[in-house]
Amino acid sequence: MRIPSKMLRAGLGAALLWPAAAFSQTADTGDTAWVLTSTALVLFMTLPGLALFYAGLVRVRNVLSVLMQCFSIACVMSVIWIVCGYSLAFSDPMINGLLGGLSKSMLAGVGFDSVSGTIPETVFVMFQMTFAIITPALIVGAFAERMRFSAMLLFTSIWLLVVYVPTAHWIWGGGWLAEMGFRDFAGGAVVHVTAGVAALVAAIVIGNRQGFPMTPMLPHNLTMTVTGACMLWVGWFGFNAGSAVAADGAAGMAMLVTHTSAAVASLTWMVAEWIRYGKPSVLGIVTGMVAGLATITPASGFVGPLGALVIGFAGGLGCFLATQFMKRKLGIDDSLDVFPVHGVGGMIGLLLTAVFSSVASGGVGFDDGTTMASLLGVQVVGIVAVFVWCAVASFVILKLVNLVVPLRVSEDDETEGLDLVLHEERGYTL
Amino acid sequence: MKLISAVVKPFRLDDVRNALAEAGVQGMTVTEVKGFGRQRGHTELYRGAEYVVDFLPKVKIEVAISDDLVERAIEAIVDAAKTGKVGDGKIFVTSLDEVYRIRTGETGDQAI
Repeated sequence: MRIPSKMLRAGLGAALLWPAAAFSQTADTGDTAWVLTSTALVLFMTLPGLALFYAGLVRVRNVLSVLMQCFSIACVMSVIWIVCGYSLAFSDPMINGLLGGLSKSMLAGVGFDSVSGTIPETVFVMFQMTFAIITPALIVGAFAERMRFSAMLLFTSIWLLVVYVPTAHWIWGGGWLAEMGFRDFAGGAVVHVTAGVAALVAAIVIGNRQGFPMTPMLPHNLTMTVTGACMLWVGWFGFNAGSAVAADGAAGMAMLVTHTSAAVASLTWMVAEWIRYGKPSVLGIVTGMVAGLATITPASGFVGPLGALVIGFAGGLGCFLATQFMKRKLGIDDSLDVFPVHGVGGMIGLLLTAVFSSVASGGVGFDDGTTMASLLGVQVVGIVAVFVWCAVASFVILKLVNLVVPLRVSEDDETEGLDLVLHEERGYTL
Repeated sequence: MKLISAVVKPFRLDDVRNALAEAGVQGMTVTEVKGFGRQRGHTELYRGAEYVVDFLPKVKIEVAISDDLVERAIEAIVDAAKTGKVGDGKIFVTSLDEVYRIRTGETGDQAI
């Protein structure tokens, strides 16, 4: 993720990009301050941003289960990240191009003085940890209101190591996609495509909620959802602009295009709904916002404001149509629309990154020997690879977990609601 | 004695309460209820998923009154709850066999 800003301008080849510690021994205070801030912003996206966003969308009897899933994922992923997740993603490779090693497991060697690029390595570990937290938390939306808590913990833990960590290594840890010049500034593929595809697979494997789609399953508290969505918008500045891993022009541009895309996509979704169904909805405008943010994620730092306008529009419209298609045509109960928003948005963004990286459209331009067409080819290869690996691995993990603990609660328990059945609490006593 | 159960639109509740008080009614029980009549339900749309909501929220007001107050009370409810649009609600009147005030043991009209 540090690749775009400093490296492109320094004109260094891809092979030298990681580990960056090799050519910088002292941390830059400005860069460090910004990444520290960004880290807090990205954690804020999950807790409470995403947790509230999702919790408002489920029914009263499952509100706590969703909050609990997001919260516990944050805790578990943090521990896994320290034990071996960070090492397997970002240390010297054990399997060249595919997976990092175990040399930094338990964060061995990461001390007060360790530096990664221009920031302390501790800060880099933490910043990356918040990404490893939000990615599995995003998947929660697919199986909300019916997955067993223990099965959810097992699935997301294994998934982090088998899907997220290798993907992060391929793209940000100097792996094979990084070598090819694949561009994913802040996680269009690493975060959004992986979470989206895992959500699609999980929704299919676990099955629809009882009564879907005939029974009304109305969001129980849209004010909560809007509150969470607004926190996501703010937190996303840390997500994208923080991914410059520097307090510089790339970070500034990333923030500008992130905001632009969110605004355009919100309006796009709102207008699309207005035209198609006659009324602009609150849930529509905030969903468009999330779609616009997911779509600009891989492109932020590579594209300019012009690109952001188009990317926001494409993300808003593309995700709107994908959501309609999933629900109405396919009948898959990806309950909170994780795949059509994050998966589809991420893919659209990754493709458009190639188009709007061009200098003519205000982008950073292409690496030597690379053209728009060749980068587009690389982006397609990356998307397909991440999609396939994530789909296959997620499917196998779910089936394996199901052998140990049933993925779903019983029909009676689903009717009763997960809050009481799994946590012996209720969200509201009014 | 009669028991009047009036099902009205929730936002008319305050007006109905005041009108009944003016008519001389001294107490009432109010419940939030759901149901449908000629108004039927409505549709709600969430990210393109359309749901038909069959049961609409209403408020049920129950008032126990002596026979001489019945006409005035019903008139008060109708005046206060009427918007002229479908869904204004209904009033059910049933006869009431006995009433007891728990604190004093009074019965009949005395207990209302």
